[in-house]
Amino acid sequence: MKNVIFAGVGGQGVILASKILMEVAKNAGYDVKESEVHGMAQRGGSVDCNVRYGDRVYSPLIPREEADFIVSLEMLEVMRKLEYLAPGGRLIVNTEKVNPAPVQTGAMQYPPDLREWISKNVKNALFVDTSGMLKEVGTRKALNIVMLGILSRDLEFTREQWESAIKSLVKEKFLDMNIKAFNLGREYN
Amino acid sequence: MEKKVLLGNEAIARGAYEAGCHVATAYPGTPSTEILETIARDYREIRSQWSPNEKVALEVAAGASVSGGRALAAMKHVGLNVAADPLFTFSYTGVNGGFVIVNADDPSAWSSQNEQDNRHLARAAKVPMIEPSNPQEAKDFTKLAFDLSEEFDRPVIVRITTRIAHSQGIVELGERQEVPVKPFVRNPQKFVMLPAHARPRHVFIEEQHKKLKEYSNRSPLNRIEWGNKKRGIITDSVAYQYVKETCPDDSVLKIGMVWPMPDDVIREFAAGVEKLYVVEELDPFIEDYVKALGIPCTGKEIIPICFELTPDIVDRALNGKIKGGAYPKYETNPVPPRPPALCAGCPHGFVFTVLKKLDLHVNGDIGCYTLAALPPYSAMHTQGCMGAGIGMHLGMEKAHGPEMARKSVAVIGDSTFVHSGITPLIDLVYNKGTGTVIIMDNRGTAMTGHQDHPGTGKTLSGEETHTLDLELLVKAIGVKRVVVTDPKNVEELERIVREEVAAPEPSVIISKRKCILIK
Ligand code: SF4
Repeated sequence: MKNVIFAGVGGQGVILASKILMEVAKNAGYDVKESEVHGMAQRGGSVDCNVRYGDRVYSPLIPREEADFIVSLEMLEVMRKLEYLAPGGRLIVNTEKVNPAPVQTGAMQYPPDLREWISKNVKNALFVDTSGMLKEVGTRKALNIVMLGILSRDLEFTREQWESAIKSLVKEKFLDMNIKAFNLGREYN
Repeated sequence: MEKKVLLGNEAIARGAYEAGCHVATAYPGTPSTEILETIARDYREIRSQWSPNEKVALEVAAGASVSGGRALAAMKHVGLNVAADPLFTFSYTGVNGGFVIVNADDPSAWSSQNEQDNRHLARAAKVPMIEPSNPQEAKDFTKLAFDLSEEFDRPVIVRITTRIAHSQGIVELGERQEVPVKPFVRNPQKFVMLPAHARPRHVFIEEQHKKLKEYSNRSPLNRIEWGNKKRGIITDSVAYQYVKETCPDDSVLKIGMVWPMPDDVIREFAAGVEKLYVVEELDPFIEDYVKALGIPCTGKEIIPICFELTPDIVDRALNGKIKGGAYPKYETNPVPPRPPALCAGCPHGFVFTVLKKLDLHVNGDIGCYTLAALPPYSAMHTQGCMGAGIGMHLGMEKAHGPEMARKSVAVIGDSTFVHSGITPLIDLVYNKGTGTVIIMDNRGTAMTGHQDHPGTGKTLSGEETHTLDLELLVKAIGVKRVVVTDPKNVEELERIVREEVAAPEPSVIISKRKCILIK
């Protein structure tokens, strides 16, 4: 069984990213389960999706220390999910910072040493500066799909499988943009 | 058959579609909202609608059922409180066409004001309740609920929780079964609950309860999965998935029909295992029942009563497994929390800027604006349930005298006002209150995803309809001081709030500006 957590901030599109992953896994013949957050938390709060696929999946929630991957669309959000990462699990982090309310109001500071701490303590971490890729796509809204593209390099599915899943889930007029974003992520090095 | 990845709520919508449901109603509420949204979007064969509140939604569905159609009403757990009155009596009348109520509980109160366990309501209202544990079952059980409803002449509650509603999984789709709408046959003994009619109906439903108990005992909804007989676990809803994940070798009794409970199956299971456990979220509903049968079991001593369960909690309680420690703790700096907050530019923000500045007591309500209780505004001081703010506002004035109304307001959103704010405003005028109510009209039900309501002029399916005129309504209630203003002009708003709060008679300020996320 493979376990993937997408973490981010409400509005960043973690649900769409996990939907695409689920579709790919389903089409490849796997059982799939997922758990997501709606409602109040979506108003700019921390959000995450748990995606699991394998021969048979019971719980829609991933137990602690069993996530093979954590894909975090924001750096601080890593800290809220790290306890779920399996020993040796892969962490993919967008290095962009989105200040939470207490930082915006000046009540707290955004921890300045996060990146340093993560690279020291999580051996299998990949830090990604997505800004160049997002510029190339032409919209910051594509962050979720760029990150999905990066994740896809470590998963077994082919480019065709991914593209057909994206096609079935994304509106026609956003399709080219999303395919481009996905491939930029997939070719990232 | 085609297989699709569906959200639990989408699966319920699909189940209603396949069952040939004719009418579906709801008031939006997390975690139940997507059920009706999916029906309106994908299954136009079902006439679907947002009702002003859950009580009306349930009554419209009841009318559809009593007159011979198959009907579904969906709501969150606290919504069923609002609809409890019709629920308890339509339990007596029973149905004509299948009548299914989908109730979504919210353990951990992710998006709610409490985490009540509505399994109790099934028992209290004497209505059968079934509980799916994944999206496939969500579809299958909803479909089955319509048949059960007609077979036993009872409304049937399908109870889901947040982790069923908002988790996705693979669902095998079926065809829609076309069910004709039966004729409406006048039968006052069944459908008019005069005391003389209600008494025999009570006798009738107790008889049906016995038949349902027999059904519960033989139904595949309640299923024993024998494993190692040293330990047996009775479980329901999503907790079943956590048990299967963490205790794969144990014997399991999966409860899919939680009311009425299958006594014989429970006895058989208990007799077959050395030690019996009950793993359920929230209250010891199953546990108390099992103990009342005289069967010892372990439940809430080791399974928390508060908040939703997780596989980790179950693993720890049953297997003593404690994880953590794979990575060190980050301790150099505090990690700032990221609480939900009003969007930048939210129209409510202007209102709370003023209320904070004027340092008024604010009786709040349910919506995005409840977030104004938190920093940076910290400008809401009471809040209970839909519509409570206006009644509480009057109550404060009654306790402290009119001077209290000179330093307080009630705030309520447009959708919440239509849901439950009208009657307390009538009370405020009728009982000679002098307070000020601010209706924050952002043209939609924002919190749950910007659904329409009677004040927006659009139906659930996007059709144009009459737009409820809040100003006219408030005037008809008897409020003479009514001001409509755009909160973006903060200075003007401040002037108005000062003036209206100072005035010794009831007043309503309609602060009108569209939510920035509504197109
Ligand atoms: S969704 Fe609309 S009403 Fe809710 S916080 Fe955002 S702008 Fe305000």
